[in-house]
Amino acid sequence: MEILKTNTLRFLLMVGLLTITSAMFAQKTVSGVVEDEESNTLPGVNVTIKGTTEGTITDSKGQYSIQVPGNDAVLVFSFVGYMKEEIPVGDRTKIDVALFPDIESLSEIVVIGYGVTKKEDATGSVQAIDSRDFNVGAITAPQDLLTGKVAGVQITSNSGAPGEGSTIRIRGGSSLSASNDPLIVVDGVPLAGGGISGSRNPLNAINPNDIETFTILKDASATAIYGSRASNGVILITTKKSEVGSELKVNYNGKLNVYSSNKRVDVLGADEFRSLIEERHPTHVDMLGNASTDWQDEIYQNAMGTEHNVSIAGAYKMLPFRASVGYSNNDGILKTDNNERFSGSLNLNPSFLDDHLKININAKASVTNNTFADRGAIGAAIQHDPTQPVNWDTTFTGIPILGETDWGGYYARLQSNGQPVQLATANPVALLEQRDDKSTVNNFIGNAKIDYKFHFLPELRANLNLGYDYSKGEGDVYVPQNAAFAYNSGHGGGTDNTYTQIKKNELLDFYLNYVKEISAIDSKIDAMAGYSYQYFLDDSYGVNSNVANDSSETTYPDNPKELVLLSFYGRLNYTLANKYLLTFTLRNDQTSRFSPDTRSGMFPSIALGWKIHEESFLSNVDALSQLKLRLGWGVTGQQDIGPDWYVYMPRYTYSLPGASYLFGNTYYQTIRPSGYDENIKWEETTTYNAAIDYGFLNDRITGSVDIYLRKTKDLLNYIPVPAGSNLTNYINTNVGDLENKGVEFSINAKPISTPDMVWDVGLNVTYNENKITKLTLSDDPDYLGVPTGGISGGVGSNIQIHSVGQPFSSFFVYEQIYDDNGDPIPGAFVDQNGDGQITESDKVHKENPTPDVSLGINTGFSYKNWYFSFSGRANFGNYVYYNAESVNGTYQRLYRPEGPYLSNVTTGVYDSEFENAYYMSDYYLRNASFFRMDNISLSYKFNNIANQGINLTVTGTVNNAFVITKYDGIDPEISGGIDNNFYPRPTAYVLGVNVNF
Amino acid sequence: MKYLIKLTAILLGSVFVYTSCIDDLDTEPIDPDETTASAVFDEPGAYKAFLAKMYAGLAVSGQQGPAGMPDISGIDEGFSQYLRAYWEHQVLTTEEAIIGWDDQTIKDFHRQEWGSSDNFIAAMYYRIYYQITLANEFLRATTEDKLDERGESDQTKAEVAQYRNEARFLRALSYWHALDLFGGGVPFVTEDDPIGSFMPSPINKQNLFEFIESELLAIEDDITAVGANEYGRADQGAVWTLLAKLYLNAEVYINQDKYTECVTYSKKVIDEGPYTLEDNYEHLFLADNDHLQEVIFSINFDGIETRTYGGTTFIISAALGGDIPPAEFGLGGGWAGTRTTKALVNKFDANDGRALFYDESYGQALEINDESDFQQGYAVGKFKNVTSTGAPGSDVTYPDTDFPMFRLADVYLMYAEAVLRGGSGGTVGQSVIYINYLRQRAYGDASGDINSGDLTLDFILDERARELYWECHRRTDLIRYDRLTGGDYVWPWKGDIPEGTATDDKYNLFPLPAADVNANTNLDQNPDY
Repeated sequence: MEILKTNTLRFLLMVGLLTITSAMFAQKTVSGVVEDEESNTLPGVNVTIKGTTEGTITDSKGQYSIQVPGNDAVLVFSFVGYMKEEIPVGDRTKIDVALFPDIESLSEIVVIGYGVTKKEDATGSVQAIDSRDFNVGAITAPQDLLTGKVAGVQITSNSGAPGEGSTIRIRGGSSLSASNDPLIVVDGVPLAGGGISGSRNPLNAINPNDIETFTILKDASATAIYGSRASNGVILITTKKSEVGSELKVNYNGKLNVYSSNKRVDVLGADEFRSLIEERHPTHVDMLGNASTDWQDEIYQNAMGTEHNVSIAGAYKMLPFRASVGYSNNDGILKTDNNERFSGSLNLNPSFLDDHLKININAKASVTNNTFADRGAIGAAIQHDPTQPVNWDTTFTGIPILGETDWGGYYARLQSNGQPVQLATANPVALLEQRDDKSTVNNFIGNAKIDYKFHFLPELRANLNLGYDYSKGEGDVYVPQNAAFAYNSGHGGGTDNTYTQIKKNELLDFYLNYVKEISAIDSKIDAMAGYSYQYFLDDSYGVNSNVANDSSETTYPDNPKELVLLSFYGRLNYTLANKYLLTFTLRNDQTSRFSPDTRSGMFPSIALGWKIHEESFLSNVDALSQLKLRLGWGVTGQQDIGPDWYVYMPRYTYSLPGASYLFGNTYYQTIRPSGYDENIKWEETTTYNAAIDYGFLNDRITGSVDIYLRKTKDLLNYIPVPAGSNLTNYINTNVGDLENKGVEFSINAKPISTPDMVWDVGLNVTYNENKITKLTLSDDPDYLGVPTGGISGGVGSNIQIHSVGQPFSSFFVYEQIYDDNGDPIPGAFVDQNGDGQITESDKVHKENPTPDVSLGINTGFSYKNWYFSFSGRANFGNYVYYNAESVNGTYQRLYRPEGPYLSNVTTGVYDSEFENAYYMSDYYLRNASFFRMDNISLSYKFNNIANQGINLTVTGTVNNAFVITKYDGIDPEISGGIDNNFYPRPTAYVLGVNVNF
Repeated sequence: MKYLIKLTAILLGSVFVYTSCIDDLDTEPIDPDETTASAVFDEPGAYKAFLAKMYAGLAVSGQQGPAGMPDISGIDEGFSQYLRAYWEHQVLTTEEAIIGWDDQTIKDFHRQEWGSSDNFIAAMYYRIYYQITLANEFLRATTEDKLDERGESDQTKAEVAQYRNEARFLRALSYWHALDLFGGGVPFVTEDDPIGSFMPSPINKQNLFEFIESELLAIEDDITAVGANEYGRADQGAVWTLLAKLYLNAEVYINQDKYTECVTYSKKVIDEGPYTLEDNYEHLFLADNDHLQEVIFSINFDGIETRTYGGTTFIISAALGGDIPPAEFGLGGGWAGTRTTKALVNKFDANDGRALFYDESYGQALEINDESDFQQGYAVGKFKNVTSTGAPGSDVTYPDTDFPMFRLADVYLMYAEAVLRGGSGGTVGQSVIYINYLRQRAYGDASGDINSGDLTLDFILDERARELYWECHRRTDLIRYDRLTGGDYVWPWKGDIPEGTATDDKYNLFPLPAADVNANTNLDQNPDY
């Protein structure tokens, strides 16, 4: 009996031991590598065992190793910005995982003024666009990355020249005389507005490849924190940085661009021109030539460009860094036009004291060399007599030539004494080739940001940002004495100008930020208070001279000016139950521009947010992943009233050469007291904004709808003051009100999202209308308004007007009367007031250059290693005045007595049959609604070439592929609405290569 | 504890930074070409430079030649220049000239069809008031008290006292232009008014006439003696001539007969002044027409030092074009705008040397069927940028030619007219002698002489055209004879009809600019505008 009990015990023990052992043997180690969708390794990924709190994190190489209890364990991989993956272990010991970006949470953290927030907690109208969404192709100017991507933001390039600047408008303009440009902040440093001499675009100093994100702040509750400079919206630019623990990444990005355009103004050919002169000016046929020249073809070319960018990012011990160098060189389709840029950037962001002290140092420098083609060649090419050759040829041996010169070999119309006819059309090719107009712009933007989380109070953070922005633009213009278009019989002619402009901006920004979760009341408080000091200096000087550098030279001496802006600001964010959000900001700005009595301005804002989808009554609606209501109100200011930085002070100005006066036998310099307004003060804009942010199907579809109303009062306007009351007739003073209202709608959807195939589509639509509600101190109904919109044709003619009750820059024209065939009757306009005369009172307000509705559409489709995308834009309701036609489409242009010389006409003259010019007729006002395909792109990615971990992507892009419009001028997209010899925008064919090492 | 100390240090540091930076808001101009009002008169020569600006305001358009840093805004700088605007108002509205350009409403001048939003009229108006406020500011800045405050020497005080007289002359001149062009309902400001935003009150014809008269009489004996001042500056001769003009037109302005006073002052100019007629009529309008004995007061230009797109640059360049060789005008090229009508051309006899026209032999037709065609209407070659020896001026774009605003020939004619209208102190016989001086210069001999039977008011009106055409007198003369508007006297394109037609009497005055009537609710617009 005893033996049996012992045996059973032993057996049970053995079974038990076996069981335990086998269980012990079931526990194993699983390891592997985690990568992202581009096969880059991902450090810092959380790897946890589902249902437990055990876990680990991937190392700097993305590798992990974890003990799992058995084959039925499930590993959960999660990382901020990426979709969570749950993978059953099974019998594997090596599990490699690829994580895919989470659409919504990629924009989870957005940069706002002085800080960051989660997008879902943002109460203002904030839109972030990061490098994945940027426009592709031949992009030299940073703002082109954004065109068409954001509702409410209109970016119109100023011409087709390489590296050209753009007009950026956020929710329409809110000023008349003051600047309508948004404030641009680069890594926390607000840039001085305006450009610099010699530069095509002040933003070109930043290489687009170095930009990580654009954040656009649209409504006052988002922008009020920038107070006095924020009335037109704020664009925050953040440059690329590296993270702690990253491994070394090297990237090369190269592009080859080919530009071409076949856009031409339709003018008469040589034979047609010849017969028209013979018919209408038979006494002047001796002025015709024997050649047949298409002048527009002579000035345009197919152009090439190239771009190379190299960047290295990584971390050296505790110092993450990113360094980049870039080179781009683009020719323009107008011959001799060129833009070349060398750029470099360095970014360091180490953190010390266990992440309590974070330092971020950014430095960006660039050297841009521009060669400016004389754009007068565009107008000259339209007007030049087509029967003359580009260069003198043997048929001209009979013409006497002055002295030894043959004017550089270029044809020029000459008088009988051999001197050029002064007012004749210049030879367009001579204008391009004989004029040497170059500039170099050096630019440096740097800042150092120190962020310290207090050890004794970790909820409190101090942030100090010191910034410095320096630009110097220098250039010269040289035209030789033998250029016919610059001839001067008295002084030898030619041009020898030099110019320099220096701008400096120094910033000191300091704020304290306190964030505390108070679970007792289910609340979170985020409070911030700060101080900002910014100093601006602007100086320019130069010499305008002829080649002989004689007494007709004019020197523009040094004229430096300074501006100081000082502010105190604070913000309070209160969140209740993670559902109800309140933001309150207040900023006090002081500027040296205004007198001590008026220089201080207070700019408050309040915003409310309600995360409706977090409410219990919506928790069962699975399809709705996000629904947030945002209401905002805020007041912002504007004090950028133009080039005079001391406008409130009485000052005297000395005269420059050429404005002296003779007493006896001596010429005296004069001094002049300037007009001033000592009461000048801020323009204020109040914005009301209501919006819904929505998301469906787990954020597969997201978007927002915004409705806004902006009212500007105390508009700074350059208006006539009562004669005799001041020392000049127009003063910049506060008088006038303006209103802007509109709706923005945007939607982004990801119809297909699988590991092999992704398709996303985005659409944004904006409707905006503006109206001037007050212009002068008294409201005289007979007062027509302030003329604006200068055109060619007569001197000082204006085609637009700012009037009360109308959108600003409305066209102000005579209504043309047409006959039964639909042809205009020359000189016949509707007599609006029936007084038998056609005068200013018969002009009507008709349309305006700003579109009523603008739309952007973009889509991308990827299948395995292929990626196809296109992005396009449309404007509706924008009108353009076709000035090139109103000047050149009349028969009286054929013979010009002020030369005399012959001038070409457009084929439009056969439609209008106008003998004389009627610049003010609405016959020339055209609907320029359009749809433009901004880019179409196809790329293929080669992964892990030669097993070295090198990825290569090859992309082909077409920029400005086509434009659909009824407008028959060169281009319907013209900021300001006046088409006067517009420099065509080329189509660009780009081959790009992107290599990651 | 350590951290608290650090925190306090940071906060204290920020306070220091804050207090020093707040003062930075009081910036002052650092541009060497600009000074504040308190520092400007510390420079020697500042007073004379300010005086020079008041004269230069008639010649240039801003502080930079030919353009840049304009004095007034809202209109092209060339258009806004004083003399150019004055010429357009006084000459283009009469039979003396017509212009072919399409610049805004410029054709309304010769058509007599202008309205209150006309930019050229606004430019003239604002220019006049620019001169007036400039003079007011000068007078405010140079009172006895202010000079004492700055501790100026007696010599400086004496010079400045003379400058003040000249400032008052220039202000009276501009107020006279205002009265003549715009009537009496114009705003009135003197050195007793402030600078800032307020609405000046309008004056009336009687008071404005009396103000101008009293100002001129007040400075008459204090200002530099006749002919004794530097060339370019006003003296007694200028004051007397302006008084004579004021009195000659008194019937138009205030319905009073002041012809005796006109004779008195004309005589003072003729008898007490050192003025004599220039031998050669043409020399009065050429590049070297400075320092001439006939000229009482001129506006001066120079191809290098006093450059503008208005002034004589405009007068000469606009008249040149078509087949006329630019070298004859001393310019590189012309602007082909202004010509004259046959109404002026037909006033001249074949032997009158003052008829300086370019006719059919240069491709210019006499008849004007198309206002815009430069080659219709004889071109006028009176003002040129060549010297009396035929050499070109110092620059082929900006002439050296000065503009004679007041000259002796004008005073002879005023004397004669005042006598004929009943002014005492002069005789018809003396008038005939003076007129014949002019005729002898014009004809080169006595063949054009007149006798007292020929001397009628109509003759004087025509003779003024022959002698003084294009010198900015015509409109005032025609109004005095009541022939500017209405149907009594028509010429080509008056009233926008090729043969000319009657025009409304309202055009005897220009309208106050709509912009000012709107900005200043105290003003009333001139009748029927």
